[in-house]
Amino acid sequence: MDVMPAAIRCSNLRKTYDGQVEAVRGLDLEVAVGECFGLLGPNGAGKTTSIEILEGLLEATSGEVEILGRTWKHHRRELQQMLGVSLQETRLSEKLTVRETVALFASFYRRPQPVDTVLETLSLTEKRDAWVGKLSGGQRQRLAVACALVADPQLLFLDEPTTGLDPQSRRQLWEVVRELQHQGRTILLTTHYMDEAERLCDRLAIMDHGRVMISGTPAELIAQVGGHHVLEFSVAPGSASENGGREPVSDAMLRRLPGVQGLHRDDSRVALHVAEPHATIPALLEILQRHGQELAHLSTRQASLEDVFVKLTGRHLRED
Amino acid sequence: MPAVPQPITTENRPRRPVNGRFSSYRQLLLARMKELYREPELIFWIFIFPVLLAGGLGVAFRAHAPSPTAVAIVSGPGAARARALIADDLNLQVSVLPAPVALNDFRFGRVALVVIPGPQGQYTFRLDPARSESQLARLQVNNALQQGAGRRDPISVGDQVASESGSRYIDFLIPGLLGMNLMNSGMWGVGFALVEMRQRKLLKRLVATPMPRSQFLAALATSRLVLMLVEMVLLLGIGVLGFRMQILGSLLTIVVVGAVGAVSFAGLGLLAACRAQKIESVSGLINAVMMPMWVFSGVFFSYQRFPSMLQPLIRGLPLTALNDALRAVILEGASLRSQALRLLILAVWGCGSALLALRWFRWA
Ligand SMILES: Nc1ncnc2c1ncn2[C@@H]1O[C@H](COP(=O)(O)OP(=O)(O)O)[C@@H](O)[C@H]1O
Ligand SMILES: [Mg+2]
Repeated sequence: MDVMPAAIRCSNLRKTYDGQVEAVRGLDLEVAVGECFGLLGPNGAGKTTSIEILEGLLEATSGEVEILGRTWKHHRRELQQMLGVSLQETRLSEKLTVRETVALFASFYRRPQPVDTVLETLSLTEKRDAWVGKLSGGQRQRLAVACALVADPQLLFLDEPTTGLDPQSRRQLWEVVRELQHQGRTILLTTHYMDEAERLCDRLAIMDHGRVMISGTPAELIAQVGGHHVLEFSVAPGSASENGGREPVSDAMLRRLPGVQGLHRDDSRVALHVAEPHATIPALLEILQRHGQELAHLSTRQASLEDVFVKLTGRHLRED
Repeated sequence: MPAVPQPITTENRPRRPVNGRFSSYRQLLLARMKELYREPELIFWIFIFPVLLAGGLGVAFRAHAPSPTAVAIVSGPGAARARALIADDLNLQVSVLPAPVALNDFRFGRVALVVIPGPQGQYTFRLDPARSESQLARLQVNNALQQGAGRRDPISVGDQVASESGSRYIDFLIPGLLGMNLMNSGMWGVGFALVEMRQRKLLKRLVATPMPRSQFLAALATSRLVLMLVEMVLLLGIGVLGFRMQILGSLLTIVVVGAVGAVSFAGLGLLAACRAQKIESVSGLINAVMMPMWVFSGVFFSYQRFPSMLQPLIRGLPLTALNDALRAVILEGASLRSQALRLLILAVWGCGSALLALRWFRWA
């Protein structure tokens, strides 16, 4: 196969609003053709600003952007024909039907996909004659994606396509994104749901405060937290004072337990990143007992991107 | 063999029918017209409100047969004679009243004139020179008295009664309402609509597509012209059918004047919308621009009433130019050529504001 240019390449991208708000502070990305790439980060991380610069809607303060081997400065018309965009908060006209809306967007492109095909892909065929104002949140988001997909784009930008949706609608949109991936389209999506990024994205970058903190495949990122499992426990309140003068279990002691690769405290709850839970649990129980502490809670789970984020920033991705 | 997804490239995409050059324009216009048609509030403000206004004002100010003027004669000697002499005049309604009552009625405007008989057969008129009906009553009563007493007029005169349409208030009003309506719907239909689209982030979404911006604006302008035709048919229709108004000018001339006006106000609307992010701010701006024109541009009454110093300014306003031109072509049958100056004023306003607007317009 020929060497294809990257779908998206940007380097040292910066955006400062009004000379003071530094929304993006040096972003480097490279997204290969055919890849589904995720920008994951909390609100205000700079995801929308970044994606809008890549979409050619915002001027970067500095930095280079190359989309499908072209630049916005020299190939604007050509690029617009090749991209499909869904912005974070577009309110489409409420008094048009679903089909009319998609047909309107189709008319902007030289070679659009047939409207009915797109509606079929987005499971909107049943709603084709409903007014946009009467759609549910999930249906509206799918319509927004339909308006992007009707361009028959090689590259799709989806800014928070599932934010605010109920779990079922989110899962429905995930199916759509997978289908688009299967059609061979390149996708850049932003989200602040780590489960979504983990499931959908071939690779992703975690952003915070306008910078990429880490990037790679979900598995690579999770491997970086050290340990693929998380052991969470808490001790019963008061048990430390009735321990007959013995000292409480310190973080340092916990870190020395077999298999422990990392530790994070969240109020009374302790999370240990471990390689193999079965090696760590007996030792943990033993040390707690020795210090007269009683377990109130103990669970193990697979490490997630959330743990990666917490480890990198000390904060949770979504504070709610 | 499992299907391996192939990246989509320019080479392997299926061939499909190509969209024509003006497909964006056509679909945008179609969508705009559907949206307007499906917006009940808009239908009310653009269509029903002006018709109600024209109907209401037309009925309120319709020409009456003039009601007879009330005149009081102070009772006493000579009152009966005066009454007998005046009673023949159909335009006067005469009553004989005691002096205090008569004077009181005069003070409160219930009678226009008080006739006070004197002891030697002479009469005194009590009148208010500032009230035209008072002056008129004096002339009529005086004539009736003198002629009743045997005066012969040296010159013979006769009346020819005419009540022509074209000079009534409703005739003045309908073109003014049409002008005002074109202004209102032009400024709101363009200015408000654009800012609303910007606030909904729809403008940003549209400029992320290859949609030609010129076709977007052209579709908006076309939708204004279509609405202008409908507004015109409605208002002139109610004038002609409801008030037997006569249209003297050619329809084509009227449509051309209306179109120039509609496009001119669309340009002003575009200017009002070029930076505003919120519909509240554009609403304030649009009202601030329109308010002076509602007052000064001769919609409901002639702007001749304003001081002559202001006249050149008033004539320079786009709505004044539009109203004057509409009145000239509708009521007087004026030619397009004779309205060149007014059309030029409209064109300067429209083109000037559109050019500024395009320079400053915030799409994304
Ligand atoms: N138009 C703007 N003017 C000024 N500041 C902005 C603007 N848009 C976004 N910001 C600021 O830039 C930062 C990044 O915002 P954004 O890119 O929207 O983040 P995200 O999409 O990750 O939530 C935030 O602090 C936000 O307040
Ligand atoms: Mg965002």
